[in-house]
This record gives sequence, C-alpha cells and structure tokens, in this order.
Amino acid sequence: MIAKHIEKLAPSGIRQFFDLVLGMPEVISLGVGEPDFVTPWRIREKAITALEEGMTSYTSNKGLFVLRKAITDFFVKKYSLSYDPEEEILITVGGSEALDLALRAIIEPGDKVIVVSPHFVAYPALTEIAGGRVLSLLTSEENGFKIDLKILKNLIKEDPKAIILNNPCNPTGTTYNASELMKIWNVVATKKTIVISDEVYDELNYEGKPTPFASLSKEAKKRTILVNGFSKAFAMTGFRLGYACANKEIISAMTKIHSFAIMCAPIVSQIAGCEALRAQKEVADMRVEYKRRRALIVKELNRLGLSLKKPQGAFDCFPSLKKYKISSLDFAKRLLFEEKVAVVPGKAFGNEYDSYIRISYATDFEELKEAVVRIGRFLAKLSK
Amino acid sequence: MDDILEILEGNARISLEDLAKLTGKNKKDIEKAIKDYEKKGVIVRYKTIINKGKIKNGSGVIALIEVRIAPQKDVGFDAVAERIYKFPEVKSCYLLSGTYDLLLTVEGKDINTVASFVAEKLAPLSSVRGAVTHFMLKKYKVDGVILSQKEKNERLAITY
Repeated sequence: MIAKHIEKLAPSGIRQFFDLVLGMPEVISLGVGEPDFVTPWRIREKAITALEEGMTSYTSNKGLFVLRKAITDFFVKKYSLSYDPEEEILITVGGSEALDLALRAIIEPGDKVIVVSPHFVAYPALTEIAGGRVLSLLTSEENGFKIDLKILKNLIKEDPKAIILNNPCNPTGTTYNASELMKIWNVVATKKTIVISDEVYDELNYEGKPTPFASLSKEAKKRTILVNGFSKAFAMTGFRLGYACANKEIISAMTKIHSFAIMCAPIVSQIAGCEALRAQKEVADMRVEYKRRRALIVKELNRLGLSLKKPQGAFDCFPSLKKYKISSLDFAKRLLFEEKVAVVPGKAFGNEYDSYIRISYATDFEELKEAVVRIGRFLAKLSK
Repeated sequence: MDDILEILEGNARISLEDLAKLTGKNKKDIEKAIKDYEKKGVIVRYKTIINKGKIKNGSGVIALIEVRIAPQKDVGFDAVAERIYKFPEVKSCYLLSGTYDLLLTVEGKDINTVASFVAEKLAPLSSVRGAVTHFMLKKYKVDGVILSQKEKNERLAITY
C-alpha cells in the first residue's frame, strides 16, 4: 500500500530506541534537540496580543511582509547581506519545511545531492522523498568533522544538483569560518551545484561571528538557498517558524509548492517572529548559558575519558565510543536501562557513525551534573 | 557583569567546584575573586528567598510606605533617610523621584505592629511631612523569581 521509496526510509532501530526512551519515566535526557528555555516572554506576549486582536487569518503565501522585511533588515544589519523582501524570502513552517521545499523545487528524479555526514536526520530522507540520490561526504573526528576538500573535489566531479551544508552542525557542533567556507565555495563554484545552507544554529556560535554562506560573494549568493528558523536561537520550536532566502526564481518555485501544500505559516507565529528578531538581549542571555554548559560538558566528558572535539556551535557534542568497542545503539540502550540517561545513538546521523553518541547540553545545570555522574558510573562498568 | 557574579546572583549556594565548571576558571582564582567582591562590598550578603505564604505562621504583615520628607540643609535627604532606615522594622528604603520621596518596606507580625510603627515612630519625626501606607496582599514575583509554581510543559525526552 505504501510507496516503496517511503517505506524504506525509516531507520527502524533508532525509532524503536526513541519509543523506549519516551516510554520510560524519570529519565535524564541529553537527547533533546530543542532548547530547554521557554520562549522569551516578550515574544510570547506579542503572540497573545495577536490572538486578542483577532489575528487568526491566513497570510500571503510568502508570509507577512513585515516579517520578511524584518528578516531583510536583520541580515543587512548583522551581515551586510541583502535579500529583497518582496521576492527573495519565503516564510515557512520551521526550517524543516524550507529544506523540504528547497529540495523539491530543484531536484529531478535521479539528481545527486551531497549530504555531509554526520548529518541532521532529515537531509537524506528529504532528498530521497524528492527523488534525489544521496552522495555521502563523510567527515572524520580527526578532521574536526569538517569537510575534506579532496573528498569534496571528487564528489563534485559527479555533477551533483545540490550540496547541503549545516553550519553550525547538528550533531557535531562543528562550525566553519569565512575562509573555510570560501575554500568550499571555490570547489563548488566549478560546477552548477546549488548550496542549500542550513544555518538554523547561526546565532548559537560560541567562538566567533557566524558567516552566512551567501555572504561569501555575489556569485555564491545567487547559488545559495539560505535556510534558517526561529526554533533554536529564539527557543521557539513549538511556533514552527522558519524561512528560506534565495534568488527570485528559486523562491518563486518553492512558494508554488508551499502554497499548494501548506498555504502559509501560522499568522500568530509570524507576528511572534517579528518580535523575536528584536529580542537580541534574550538571545544573548541564552547563548551565555549554553556556553557555560558547553564548558561543563566538555570538561566533564573529557575527564571521564570520552574522546571529544569541542563543539563551536549549536548545543550538541558528539563524543566517540571507539575505545569501548560497543555499538552506539547498544551503548544508548544500556545507558538508558542501567542509568536512566538518554542520548541519541550516532548511527541516527549516518551509518558510519555507529561508534559515536550525540549528547545535547540544552538541559539545566543540575540535570547535566547528575547525568555526568551517571555516565561516569556507566563508563566505569563498561571499562571493566 | 562578571560571570561569577551573574551565576551567584541566581544561586548563592553554588559550590566553587560547579562555578569552576561553568566558567572554565580554576577554583583558586574564583575563590579569590569572590573574596575581593566581598571585601569591596560588591557582594553584600547571601540571601535566601523564602515563599512565606507556604509556611504555617510564616507570613507576617508587609507594608509599602510612601514617605514625603522635608530635606534638611546641607545633608539633604540622606540624614532623614538614615533616621528612618535604622529602625529594624524597615527592611528596605529607597529614595525616589516623583510625588513622594522615600519608599519603605516595613515588616511586622500583624497590622497593629505596622500601624504603631507608623503612628509612633515614623509620623512624629519632624522632617516627615506625610506617609501613605499600603498593606501587601499577595506576592507574585520577588527579586526576579515567580513564586507560583504552575505545571511545566515537558519537552519530548528525545528528538533530533
């Protein structure tokens, strides 16, 4: 009954593990991919007011003009990067929808898409749903999980339609600076490949100023679909609000699909989004807090002997289990059953990463501390 | 504000060890910094916020009192304020702009205690020109902390 290409999608082992976690009470979860903060009050208050004022209708397919304009102003001010709010920005239901639309708008059956691994779970799935073929670009811990240009050069020879970049990256926290991105662009520019740049964690960058891929050059901007959203930095996951910025032709194609499938993002969320872009102090406060927790988790996991690259962005880290000779799923299951701590098995982010786990530090300090104690106890048992 | 102060302001009981973990500084440096802050009077006191409404017989009466005063030559408001804030019943004392000058928080075990403080100690002071007493009915938020505990929205325990 179900289409074959959909049926084969589910990573079944991981799904079962998720069900196990969700069914178990009193777990300390380091497996959560969303902030533990509630949306800042000034943003929620705007949403409440919008409802009180009867803002309950559809908006234009592209989204409220004021929000698109606010995004333009935000990018100009922050990165001197300018998109036309009339034709180059589309408001979506979360960054995920923007990704989906981007792929569906440009991929024809059999088109190749480079997915950099370890990757956010949706990339290969959405590629395949759109009829594309995934070309995996594996990165390694030794390389800081950064793209090896030699491998990229080889894959680019296959004339891929698109490459999906995630900067900063979930699950590794790897972040690229401007000069690293430029090197990537110099390789990509040799073909007609479109860059889908998922920058949903851009505000959660702890080491330096984030660089949007589109800000590299005029030519890079033309070939980039910038995907971003409000979920992570503004702690607005439940609002389901994201956006895509790209040239007129691409945005127009994406809007076509969006208008048939979704119509528009919820108006209340869009109004809240306008306020969010003004909430820089609130975002900065959350960033400071994540940065503190990052210091804690990196130091503690290193002390416990887990090999770990210090993440530069997002709120995850991706320690290695290699020395324990155990699969990521077994590790995660045992840690769950024996110590009631949930982490996400590395396999979820690419089959090749079965000796890693993703640990999210978007959890309050006391819980993180207790989780570290439990992980320490578990590792001691494993080493025996 | 310094990281250490910011964290201590939220949780005065945090251990040196945890402070070290959160700030990435070493324990000795943190200990020294805190001592310095204490010496300089930057850190004044470590205080616990207690929701007295939740304790049996815990809650006395609190009043906010607006006081209009006549400033004195040479010393202005400060000398008058000092006369007033030295009373142990006065828990806080601020000089404000606007229609009155001092705002006091006064605590007593019942209304009579507060009333007699106003009538017998505050009002008779020669520089006090008038006082308006507001009795507090309910505390919603104290020092940035919301006192009512509503049910928390739980995140899904595992997501990508």
